[in-house]
Amino acid sequence: MQAFEYASPTSVKEAIGMLSSQWGEADILAGGTDLLALMKEYIHTPKRVINIKGIKELGGIAKTAAGLRIGATVTLDELTENAAVRTEYPSLHQAAMGVSSPQIRNMGTVGGDLCQRPRCWYFRGGHGILGQENGKSLAVDGENRYHAIFPKSQAYYVNASSLAPALIALGAKAKIAGPNGNREVPVEQLFVVPSNNSGRELSLAANEILTEIVVPSARGVKNATYEVRQKEALDWPLVTASVAIKMKGSSVASARVVLGHVGPTPVVATEAEQMLAGKSLTQDVATEAGKSAVNGAQPMSGNAYKVQLARVAVKRALLEAAKARG
Amino acid sequence: MPNYSWPPMSTRKAIGQRLSRHDGIEKSTGRAKYNSDLNKPGMLQSALLTSPYAHARVRSIDVSAAEKAPGVTAVRVIAPAGTELQWQSQEIAVVAAATEPQARDAVRLIKIDYEVLPHVVREEDISKVGNRAKPAGEQLTGDPDKAFKEADVVNEGHYGIPVLTHCCLESHGQVVQWNGDQVNYWPSTQNVSGIGGDLAKNIELPATAIKVHQDHIGGGFGSKFGSDRWGVEGAKLSKASGGRPVKTFLDRATELNIAGNRPSAYAKIKMGAKKDGTIIAWESTSWATGGMGGGAMPPIPYVITNIPNRRLNHSAVATNGGPLRAWRAPNHPQASFLTCAAVEDLAAKLGMDPIEVFVKNIEYAPEPRRESYIYQFKKAAELSEWSKRWHRRGDSGSGPVKRGLGVGICSWGGAGHASTCNAKINPDGSVDIELGSQDLGTGTRTIIAQVAAETLGLPVNAVKVKLGDNALPPSNGSGGSTTVGGVSSSTRIATVNALDKLFEKVAPSLNTTADKLEAVGGKIQVKGDPAKSLTWAAACRKLGTQSISEQGQNNPRNPLGLNTQGVAGVQIADVSVDVETGVVKMNRMVAVQDCGLVVNPKLAESQVAGACIMSICGALMEERVMDQQTGRVLNPDMEFYKLAGAADIGEIIVHMDLREELDKRGVIGLGEPPTVGGVAAIANAVANAIGVRVPIIPLTPDRVLRALEERRSA
Repeated sequence: MQAFEYASPTSVKEAIGMLSSQWGEADILAGGTDLLALMKEYIHTPKRVINIKGIKELGGIAKTAAGLRIGATVTLDELTENAAVRTEYPSLHQAAMGVSSPQIRNMGTVGGDLCQRPRCWYFRGGHGILGQENGKSLAVDGENRYHAIFPKSQAYYVNASSLAPALIALGAKAKIAGPNGNREVPVEQLFVVPSNNSGRELSLAANEILTEIVVPSARGVKNATYEVRQKEALDWPLVTASVAIKMKGSSVASARVVLGHVGPTPVVATEAEQMLAGKSLTQDVATEAGKSAVNGAQPMSGNAYKVQLARVAVKRALLEAAKARG
Repeated sequence: MPNYSWPPMSTRKAIGQRLSRHDGIEKSTGRAKYNSDLNKPGMLQSALLTSPYAHARVRSIDVSAAEKAPGVTAVRVIAPAGTELQWQSQEIAVVAAATEPQARDAVRLIKIDYEVLPHVVREEDISKVGNRAKPAGEQLTGDPDKAFKEADVVNEGHYGIPVLTHCCLESHGQVVQWNGDQVNYWPSTQNVSGIGGDLAKNIELPATAIKVHQDHIGGGFGSKFGSDRWGVEGAKLSKASGGRPVKTFLDRATELNIAGNRPSAYAKIKMGAKKDGTIIAWESTSWATGGMGGGAMPPIPYVITNIPNRRLNHSAVATNGGPLRAWRAPNHPQASFLTCAAVEDLAAKLGMDPIEVFVKNIEYAPEPRRESYIYQFKKAAELSEWSKRWHRRGDSGSGPVKRGLGVGICSWGGAGHASTCNAKINPDGSVDIELGSQDLGTGTRTIIAQVAAETLGLPVNAVKVKLGDNALPPSNGSGGSTTVGGVSSSTRIATVNALDKLFEKVAPSLNTTADKLEAVGGKIQVKGDPAKSLTWAAACRKLGTQSISEQGQNNPRNPLGLNTQGVAGVQIADVSVDVETGVVKMNRMVAVQDCGLVVNPKLAESQVAGACIMSICGALMEERVMDQQTGRVLNPDMEFYKLAGAADIGEIIVHMDLREELDKRGVIGLGEPPTVGGVAAIANAVANAIGVRVPIIPLTPDRVLRALEERRSA
């Protein structure tokens, strides 16, 4: 890895002052489970690394009037141990437990999970975020078994976040601090599709920091995450589905259905959401919702199986949610 | 000649004990030091520049900027201008510097102009490899065409198993110091006594100038015998840096790309049988790669080799990938999978139990092992509840999770290699056993101590075993499952010889002759008259100031009945397959294995369990993924080159076949055979569960779902 400056600020303001307005100049270090590998492979060659683990205001989980406030440097382990997360947000708990390495749950953070870079092997092999050579995406004619079935523009990688689908389904917001103050966006809007091979897949500016996530109360919201993963031990999900359902009596008042690891951003399955409204959560309805969720999928040579996995993940997440109280 | 025979099973004290390995605590607490842990005073670090292309020619190379970089002491060009590079990560240059980051930064300053050449990196579709396929001549036995006409049932299938890599947790490499006319060499090796000679011939020094030391090795699996390019270059960098020690251990990507692989094997197989299950014909067209040298034909039909009518064609496919190395039972896992999968498919078509088909055709197996297979099928069936759980193809139960059982078989040689042992009995009663061998993590130290303790009538912890240095009496490298037979025999002979010398010393004081003495329970006593005895300590005091030092050798051409070769084994897998997701989970793996006289059943079982885990990884997860566009390996990491974790393994039941008639054969190697049958067993269990063959290994969700989809649309 390339030599770099190291800073360990104690306040968000100080940290922002150390960032650059240009991508590539500085990198934020929290758990380090992604950044260090990126640096060793010379995918990232920051001149400055800013450790934000020493910033107290970025830690902690607290119940507030707006919902559950989760600091960006809360580890996945802290998240899974939290009583409120366990009882009120099973979908979030299940998503975090999907990171099945205790070591990574101990080190990895909520902010890091959301901001980590894609695992696409063409990106990690040095072919840029869109995995291109001579302007052509290598995944299209190459090895795409783990790639997108909902590609967007020229982006065939999949968003790697474990928590994003659950957070989006639960309607969570992300707070972002920058040189011009704070802003708040729905988690869904954190993710964008880069327009070129050196672009970024987050809507954050290079000198902004994700500071916290606020998840609205899920009381009365049935929620669950189902992850299809090949291995029990540490492995990336092949497909994830997170659902959050508001019931009216025995039928669905409104539903959120979000797929992970199927596109360059988490995919909100609007058709499935609309189809569920007014229905009871039966096996048949869950199966139908799974089918609706993959309408419009565009699989490539080696990843058609992910369409089937997405159908099943949605079905199983809905049936899991149906069992939950709330 | 003294009697070196193993004591009969019923009288053994130390041999046969279920002892834990001596270095277990050291290793599990991290106190054990591997050579990759070494940090010597003044030590330099090195880094390799390797080819980013699968096939290219070096037009020019300029290392001047690297030579001037901070901390750099030496730069060596391995592939000068004009060199044709044949695979990604082939070594081009190497840099030594004060720190690893400095070495890596300097490597990035080397300027190279490449002429990129066309490559072929994939072989699973042989129609796309062009002239890279080199057919070997047809092998014809009997009249297969006629036999297929006479067959009641003919089954045709295609099967494939991809290139795997060794994935040694301790990567390949060494610390090496070339100072004057001596080289101190701390490699990660399976070949302590021999690797110095290999380095010596590459750096033009006499073998005696190389001092090799290694206490522990973090995995080799057949890939760590030679000094390798990085060993030779490491020594030369040390010399060029004024004799400072230089450390080189491959990074993970380089390790997976060039430090060895297990060749693939693909085949179209046609089998013909009579209604009663008697196999009468075999026809196969196979191909394989393990890099530019292609890949040899696995020994098919496996075990049931002598099918009377057979036609075999094979092509070695040259691909631009890192070169193959021996991988735990070279070509046997591939052969077992190809054969057992084809037999299982044939059995399904016949409507028969596959075990019944194997037993029906066991006369095609080598005569001495037939009875063992029949016994082991029965035992494995019992342990896996085969009669209760096996069903005809396709679990008819409701719900998406289907359960199935499948069987695989193995065979191996495993005769003891050449080994010399020095046994010392000291006046203070201590015992030193010395061999220039290595403990690959199999418990070699422990079983040597058990053999010595058995001979000397001592508790096992009274014996000190010294391995891992080429100043000690030589043993061959640990490959081919030859170590246990070699070192147990040489230790037995050396300790019998040393004990005879001790008997000669103490006989007068017991008013008898040496031939009347025996060593039992920590005493030297007169046979048949235990009242006439000396304690071990008292007997050793009679030595005065001089230790007894005696050697013993295992001569592979005349092992005196102490070791032999030829084993059988049967594995049965029990799996659950989620037919909606294609995810396969292991419920249970049963392995029944013989290996003659078992010195330590606990270590033997542990060895077999480890082999089962490797089989699970190989059947369900492992695959080197090549990209034809870039010519590169896409998963040279531990992230997408998947290996099982503890939760992926299920229950493993090991049954060592310890029957006395097998014990009487002597010691036989165990390292390789139990890795052979597992992939076949798991693949067959999946076919049994879901009712259709998943032809290509590993059995990942995409392949399982595709097989189910193809059946639906058929």
